[in-house]
Formats: sequence, structure tokens, C-alpha cells
Amino acid sequence: MNPISFLTQTLRIAIPYLFAASGGVIAERAGIISLSLEGYMLTGAFAATLGGHYSGSPWIGVLAGIFGGLVFGLIHAVASIRYRANQVVVGIAINLLAIGVTRFFLKLAFASSSNSPRIPGFGGNQAWHGFDNPLLWLGLIVAPVLAFILYRTPFGLRVRAVGEHPEAAESLGIKATRIQYISVALSGMLAALGGVFLALDQHQFTDQMTAGRGFIAVAAVIFGRWDPVRAALACLLFAAAETLQIQLQGNQFIPSQFIEMIPYLLTIIALAGVVGRAVPPAALGKTAE
Amino acid sequence: MSSRFREQLEEALFPPLVALLVALICGDLLIMSYGQSPSTVYRLLLEGTWGNAYGFGQVLYKATTLIFTGLSVSLAIRAGLFNVGAESQLAAGGFVAALVGMGLSPRMPWILAIPICMLAAAVGGGIVGGIPGWLKVKYGAHEVIVTIMLNFVVLALLNYIVAAKIHVSETLHTPEIRHGSIARLDSFIPAFHGSAANLSILIALATAAVVWVYLFKTKRGFELRAVGLQPDAAEYGGVSVGGIWMRAMVLSGAVAGLGGINYVLGYKHYYEEGFAGGAGFLGIAVALVGRNHPVGVVLAALFFATLSQGGLAIHAFVPKQMVEVLQGVVILAVAMSVPEVRRALRQARKPVAA
Repeated sequence: MNPISFLTQTLRIAIPYLFAASGGVIAERAGIISLSLEGYMLTGAFAATLGGHYSGSPWIGVLAGIFGGLVFGLIHAVASIRYRANQVVVGIAINLLAIGVTRFFLKLAFASSSNSPRIPGFGGNQAWHGFDNPLLWLGLIVAPVLAFILYRTPFGLRVRAVGEHPEAAESLGIKATRIQYISVALSGMLAALGGVFLALDQHQFTDQMTAGRGFIAVAAVIFGRWDPVRAALACLLFAAAETLQIQLQGNQFIPSQFIEMIPYLLTIIALAGVVGRAVPPAALGKTAE
Repeated sequence: MSSRFREQLEEALFPPLVALLVALICGDLLIMSYGQSPSTVYRLLLEGTWGNAYGFGQVLYKATTLIFTGLSVSLAIRAGLFNVGAESQLAAGGFVAALVGMGLSPRMPWILAIPICMLAAAVGGGIVGGIPGWLKVKYGAHEVIVTIMLNFVVLALLNYIVAAKIHVSETLHTPEIRHGSIARLDSFIPAFHGSAANLSILIALATAAVVWVYLFKTKRGFELRAVGLQPDAAEYGGVSVGGIWMRAMVLSGAVAGLGGINYVLGYKHYYEEGFAGGAGFLGIAVALVGRNHPVGVVLAALFFATLSQGGLAIHAFVPKQMVEVLQGVVILAVAMSVPEVRRALRQARKPVAA
């Protein structure tokens, strides 16, 4: 096995996870449960396809994808903050809604129930191994940037305060609900970029193309204990396992289904506290009254 | 009618009605975006589901699995737990039922064979439900995340076993069961011919009745609901919260697993990869819309089954994917209106109470 191709393939597989997990971290640090990453990614992928198809420019695709994620993020925010709906239910509803909406409009826009026509993407020069794609670079820096925002800026301090103790934050003059709206909107846009990367990388949208990646990102958030950098490392670990499975195909030592289980099993083990307990933000799931 | 009952009924009925209204409006917009007339499409939807025996049979068939998964989610919620794992519990139940059915001798009387397969389904689902219960009680691991993660683990494991060990070649399903199959409705009522509806619907309704008795007429059910409402107070009152949680998750998993009989014993007579097909997740919607009450769950299951079968009926005019959008809209609208309705009703009642 070629180490360079192993590394580049791992990174390409990790990019959608890195975007989505960063989105998950910021929403959950602000106290809003984020099981909707899968839905944001799918919407982002589809909106990017629409934008790219009608404009012919991948950049317009990126903007459209971000906008799609923003819309779904705001639905999540309004339902769970303004209406205090159960956030687990909202997350599941957003995922179902994203599948339905993308399928319906796939049919409406492209008269297909499986895939879109070919859309423009970034790069494509074989010699660059995918590193001529600006989204790949963005994906690599998103976690460190988020870590800087969370731990080194006043906004980040507010996000963490709201996620740990909204009443205390309010009493210090922080508008808790506004911080939560911003965080969930950012979460939608970031996770959507993961879907945008997928669609532009594959030059098309296919039905349910995110295929559970949003849940791997959820697993990475928890396995990374709600810290952006640790979550990013979890994404890289999960992506490396997947790459190993792809590159070992043919001489199968371990059945692929067992490789698929790795992220989920590790997360369960982390939650049960076998290797350093994963403790969520204190006010996760409780919206400020 | 006592005023307490009326209050509860109002709180239960308003959110689904609001959701229905919102869904109808969204449906209108989607239908018009496709250049069709909403009234025609809605008429087709009703005619294709409740308007003919085959369509109605399909609604009953789809509702059967949803009743089981909806009851499963409701049982856990009554104990204050969110079981997102009904999908894999359902699959595990179907799988174990198929395995046991394959091993039964065809000479065994059916009155034994069917209950044995049903028990197998409940045990399969109960084990998958018990794991998150145990991890919560023993280690404090949050059941929402564990059940989500376990869905992927269990489904991958079942896929592996079927693909590597026991599938019929060229397919993704197990061999047919040798005994324990449940009769189709069309063998009694010929009009149902071609639909997958089978007597599992009666078992589903009986399970709903049992769950109702358990929750509202037994001491254990009372304890379970007490833990769901106020775990600390229940603990103080001498109830073992951990024990109740464990029991609730095992029961919840067992009921979801029992849902596997509808497909495995009643329809195809084998376990097939992906047979659960989202019915576990839709069980969350069914429980939510049915307000976690067995009667509500049955009605909500019929509603979601009608939507899903209705999608096929309208497909010539509007893509069937429309109903998937509407499912999401209904869940969101109910989830959003439950706290609102509760607050509004309490406010409206205040002057009367004072």
C-alpha cells in the first residue's frame, strides 16, 4: 500500500466529516443537540448541485450550498429555541425532511429519482491528488479556526457560557437565545459545506449521497468530547479506518461491515467512560426559558 | 366527561390538528409547484388508500409495523427515555424470528410455532434494547446517542451475518422459514388479494391493549410513569429508577422486535437486508403524534401508513417523494406545537381555576 495515496485518500474522505463535526461542535457547545448534521449535509449537497448546474460555476454552488444549510439550520433553531420543541425529535425530523425535499426537487428539477446531471467542480488535475480543491484546504483549517473562535474570542466564551449555564450567562447580560441562533445557523452552514464538498467532488448529486456521514460526524463530536480539534482528530481516525478498508479490498482480513462499525463502537465505549468519560456541555438540550 | 380528561384530550388533539393543517398547506404548495391541482391529488391519495380493498390492505400492512415501533418508542418515553434504536431492534427481532422459523420442524402445531417465533422476535429486539438500558444504568451513557450508534452497529452485524453466512445465493435474504408463518388477510377476505396485510395487525392491536393495561392499570406501569415524570421523586418514594429504566428499555426493544413478525412471518417469510426500511425512525413520529398513548399510537400509525401508501397512489401526477416531505413537516409541526399548545391552554384555563 502506497503511503501517499493512503494519506490523500484519508484526507479526502475526512473532509466532509471535518466540516460536519465542526458544525456539530458549535451547536452543541451552545447547548443545542445536533442530530441533524446528516440533513444539513444532504441539503448542502443538493443546493450546491442546483447552484452549480444553473450557474456553471462551482463557487455559486458553494454559496448555494451554504444557503441551503443556513435555511435548514434556521428551521432547527426556530423549532428548538423559539418553540422549545424536543431537540432530538427536531433533529430526526430535519433529516427526514432533507431526504424528502432533496428527492422531490431532484425529480422536479432534473426529472430523475436517482441523480443530477454532471456539474462543474474544483481542480481535477491528477498530479495534485485533489489538493487543487480550495474546499479541501478550507476543510483542513476549519477545526483549528473553530477552536480559536471558541477558546480565544468573546463570542466563543459566550457560546460556551450559554452551553454550560444559560441562566448565569443571561444574568451577565449575554443574550442566550441570540447566541444559540447564531451557533445553530453556523452549524447548518458548516455541515452543509461537507455535503457541498461531496457533490462537487463527485460532480453530481445522487439520492441520499451523504449515506450516514452526518452520523459519523455526530460520533466524532462525542468521541472528540465536544472539542473542535479532538473531534477533527476523531474524523481523521474514522476516515483512516475507512481508507484502510477500501485499500485492503481484495485481500480481506476483516469484513467491511466490521470496519463500518468502528466509529460507532468507539463512541459507545467513550460514552460509557471506559477510556476517559465523554461529558457533554451541562445545559445540552435545555433551552433557556 | 370529567374536566381533567377533557383537558388532556385537548392537549393531545390540538398539536396533530395544527400539524395536519400545516402539512395540507405545504402539500398544496408542492403539488402546485408541480403544476397539478391539489384537490385532484388529495382525492387520488384517499381513493388509493381507503377507497379500495387493496390500498386499504397495504395501509393496514404498513400500519402494523408502525404500531409496534410507535408503541416501543412510547413505552420508553413514558419512562423518561428516548429510544432512537427501534430501527435496529425491529431488524434484530425480524432476524431472530427468521432464524428460529428456519429451524422449526414443519410437523409442529402452528399454535406452538407462531408463539415461539414471536417470542424469538421479542427476545431479539429486547436484547438490542437492553444494551443501551444497561449502559445507561451502569455507566450513565446517554441512551439517545447509544441507541443511534447501536443502530449502525447492529445493522452492520446483521448484514455481515446474512451476507457471509446464511443468505440464499444471488440475494440479500435468508432462506424461507419452515414454520411459524402468519396467514394473510386475503385468505379470509378475497378482496384484499395482492396486499401484504396479514393477521399480525391483530397481534399489533392486542399489543397496544396490553401496553395500555400495563401502563395505566398495573403497579409496574405506574412506577414506570412515575420515573418518567419525576425520577428523583420516584427514587425517594422507594422505586429503583435504574431497574425501571432497564426494564423499560428491554420492553421497548422487545415490542419493536415483535414488529419484525409483520414482514418475516406475515409477508415474505424470510429476513432481508434493510427490511425495516425506516419504520423504526417513523415510530418516533408515530409516538410523538400519538402523544405516547396506545390509542393515539394506533391512529397515528394509520395516518403515517396512509401517507406512505398514498404516495404510491399519486405518483403518476406528483412524485411520491412529496409524502416524505409531508412526514417531516408533520413531525416538526407537532414537535413545535406541543409546548405552545400546553402553555396556551394553561393560560386560557387560569381565570377559571382562580
